[in-house]
Amino acid sequence: MGYHYTIQSTRYRFDDLKTLLAKASPFRSGDALAGLCAGSYEERVAAQLALADVPLTQFLQEALVPYEEDEVTRLILDTHDAGAFARIRQMTVGEWRDWLLSDEADTSVLQQLAPGITPEMAAAVSKLMRNQDLVSVARKCEVVTRFRNTLGLKGRLAVRLQPNHTTDDPKGIAASIIDGLLYGSGDAVIGINPATDSPAATVTLLQMLDHLRQQFNIPTQSCVLCHVTTALEIMQQAPVDLVFQSIGGTEKTNRSFGVSLSLLQEAYEGALALRRGTIGNNVMYFETGQGSALSANAHAGMDQQTCEARAYAVARHFKPLLVNTVVGFIGPEYLFDGKQIIRAALEDHFCGKLLGLPMGVDVCYTNHAEADQDDMDNLLTLLGVAGCNYIMGVPGADDIMLNYQSTSFHDALYLRRVLGLRPAPEFEQWLQQQGIMDELGRQLPVQASHKLLLEVGNMK
Amino acid sequence: METDSIMQDPWISLKAFTTARIALGRTGTAVPLEEVLRFRMAHAHARDAVFSTMDIKGLTTQLQALQLPVLVLHSLAADRYEYLQRPDKGRRLDDASIATLSAAGSQAGSDVAIVIADGLSATAVNRHAAPLLQELLLLLRDAGLSLAPACMVQQGRVAVGDEAGALLQARVVLVLIGERPGLSSPDSLGIYLTFQPRPGLTDESRNCISNIRPEGLSYKAAAGKAFYLLQESLRRQLSGVQLKDNERLIE
Repeated sequence: MGYHYTIQSTRYRFDDLKTLLAKASPFRSGDALAGLCAGSYEERVAAQLALADVPLTQFLQEALVPYEEDEVTRLILDTHDAGAFARIRQMTVGEWRDWLLSDEADTSVLQQLAPGITPEMAAAVSKLMRNQDLVSVARKCEVVTRFRNTLGLKGRLAVRLQPNHTTDDPKGIAASIIDGLLYGSGDAVIGINPATDSPAATVTLLQMLDHLRQQFNIPTQSCVLCHVTTALEIMQQAPVDLVFQSIGGTEKTNRSFGVSLSLLQEAYEGALALRRGTIGNNVMYFETGQGSALSANAHAGMDQQTCEARAYAVARHFKPLLVNTVVGFIGPEYLFDGKQIIRAALEDHFCGKLLGLPMGVDVCYTNHAEADQDDMDNLLTLLGVAGCNYIMGVPGADDIMLNYQSTSFHDALYLRRVLGLRPAPEFEQWLQQQGIMDELGRQLPVQASHKLLLEVGNMK
Repeated sequence: METDSIMQDPWISLKAFTTARIALGRTGTAVPLEEVLRFRMAHAHARDAVFSTMDIKGLTTQLQALQLPVLVLHSLAADRYEYLQRPDKGRRLDDASIATLSAAGSQAGSDVAIVIADGLSATAVNRHAAPLLQELLLLLRDAGLSLAPACMVQQGRVAVGDEAGALLQARVVLVLIGERPGLSSPDSLGIYLTFQPRPGLTDESRNCISNIRPEGLSYKAAAGKAFYLLQESLRRQLSGVQLKDNERLIE
C-alpha cells in the first residue's frame, strides 16, 4: 500500500511506511548520505501531513523490515501489549501527538501505555513534533530503575562517572574517579570504556572498581564497558555488576556488533544469577546512537532515527538499569552540526522514555562536527528540563581515550543547580555523609585530608 | 587570571597519574576561566586542523628531495564540507586523478605504493609525512622493494588508497593520513597498510599504526612497525585482521 499527499497540483507519493517515515524526518546528514531524505522542504512537510493521517494500527500491519527476515521485528510484534495499546488504538499518528501533549496523558497514563507502543509509532510521532513537544512529553514520563540505588525519580539527575584512560592504567583511572566522586558524580554508574577489550585487563579494572566501592561503601554500581561476550567469559571470576552492550535496531546491525537477542538473553540471565544488586534487579546497560545501522550498511532502507527507536525495543526486552544514546559521537556524516545533534538527542530521549526506558544521553561531539561547548550547554539544559535520567561525567569534558568531548562533572553540577535537580537519593545521602555536598545540594570545600584522597596514593 | 572566587581542589597531585582534566577547581559550579580558555584553544587547534589544507608545494619539494616522484590527486569530494558529509566521495578518486594514475600504472607494477591523504588533519600530514618517509624509505630501499610514485590525495579518506594502489598495480599500499584530531593531538598521523589494494575493501582488510607524532609514536618507531608489517604482508600475501592476530608489535 502507498501513501500520498497533494499540495496544490503536486501529488507526493510514498511507496511504503518506511519511505514515508524517512521523508517526514527533519533533515540530517545521515539520511542524505543514505539517499532517504525528502527532496524538498515541501516534500518533507507533505510527508508529515500524510504521516499524521496514518492510523496507529497500521504500524502493527506493516513491518518496516520483514518479520521473517529480522528478529528485532519479531521481538517488536511478538511482545506488543494489545491491552495497553487499546487506549490509543483508534488514533492516527497526528491525533496521538495532540493527545500526548494533553493533560489527560499524565505520568501514570504514559507508564501504563508504554508496552502498547512500538518503536515505529514513537519514531513516527516524534517526526511530527517540535523540540518543545519532545521536551514536554518526555518530562511527563518517569522511568525508575534500581540496582544499588534508585535512578530516574523526578527531580533527580544522575551521572555516569566515565574515568577513561589511554592505557587503562588503574591509578590514572582511580584519579579520575576520585575527582568525579568529589564533584558529586557517579550515581548512575562508574563506567570505564576499556582501551583494549582483553578479559584480563577487564577483570583487573572490575576488581579495582569493586574494591573502591566497598571500601567507601558507595551506593552505586560499576561497569567495564567490554563486549558482552567478554562479560560472559569473566562473570564467574570477576565482580560484574552490570552487563554492557552497544545495540542497534536491526538484526543485521546487531550482528555487526557481534550480538543477537539470544546472546543478550544469555548475558542477562547470567548477570541476574549473580544477584549483586541490593535494592533492584536491573542489570543491563545499553548504548545506542543514530547512524549505527547505516554505518554497518544494515539500515534496510529505514531512516536513522527510526532505526534508533527500534534499538530501544531490544533494550526494553532486558529491563536495563541504564540506556543512553551516544548522540554526537558518530560524526558529521550522520549528524552534521549542533542543530542536528540537539534535535536527535531530544528525539532519542523522548522515544526511549515513551517506550519505558531509563534514558540518559551522552551529550557529546567530535572535533570534526560543526559543534562546540555552547551547543552542548544548550542540549544539556534542554535535557535537564526534559527529565533526562542521567548524563556523562568526564573530567573537564575531555575524554582522553575516546577522543571526543562529553559533559563534565562541572556540567552536572551546573544542571543540578540551575534546575534544582538532586542526585539519586541513596547517593545524595552518601555525598552528605562524606562532606562533599550539603543538604541544599551545594558543593562543600574538600579538605586535603579527605579519606578518598588518600586512596590513590595507597594503590599498588 | 586566578582570583579569590576560585575554589582550588586539594588533589592537584593526582594529575601525576593521568592527563585527564582533573582537579580543575571551580567558581560556583563553573570551571575557572583559565581552564575554559585552555580548553577552547585546544578545540580551536583541532578545528583548524580539520580545515587545514595540504601544503602540496612544500610536500612535493620534500618528497623529491627523498628521490620520490609525486603525483597530485583529488578525491570526488569537492571541498571540506562535502568531504565531512559524504565519506563515500572521499573514498574515490576524481576522473582526472584516475587518468593520471592509469598512465603511471601502465608502466609497470611495484611492490609498494605510498599514498598521502589529508584525512581529518592536513596539519598532521604537513608536519609528519616527510620525516616519517625519510625513515621508512631507508628501510624499503635497503630491502630492495620497488616503489610506485607517491600520491598526494586532497580530500581523501583511507580507502582512497585502494583505488590509487590498484591503478598503480601495487602489491601493497601504505596510506599516510591525518587522524581525527583530539583536544591534545591536532596533528596525529596514521598509517594504513592494505595488501592487494582494490576498491571495495573495508577496514577488516587493513592494518593501522596510529598516533604518529613526536609526542606519541616516533617517526623511527612508526617506520619500523610499518616495515615489519609490510614484510609480513608480502610474505603471507594478506593484510588486516589475520595479520594483526599474529603481530605483537602492533598492539
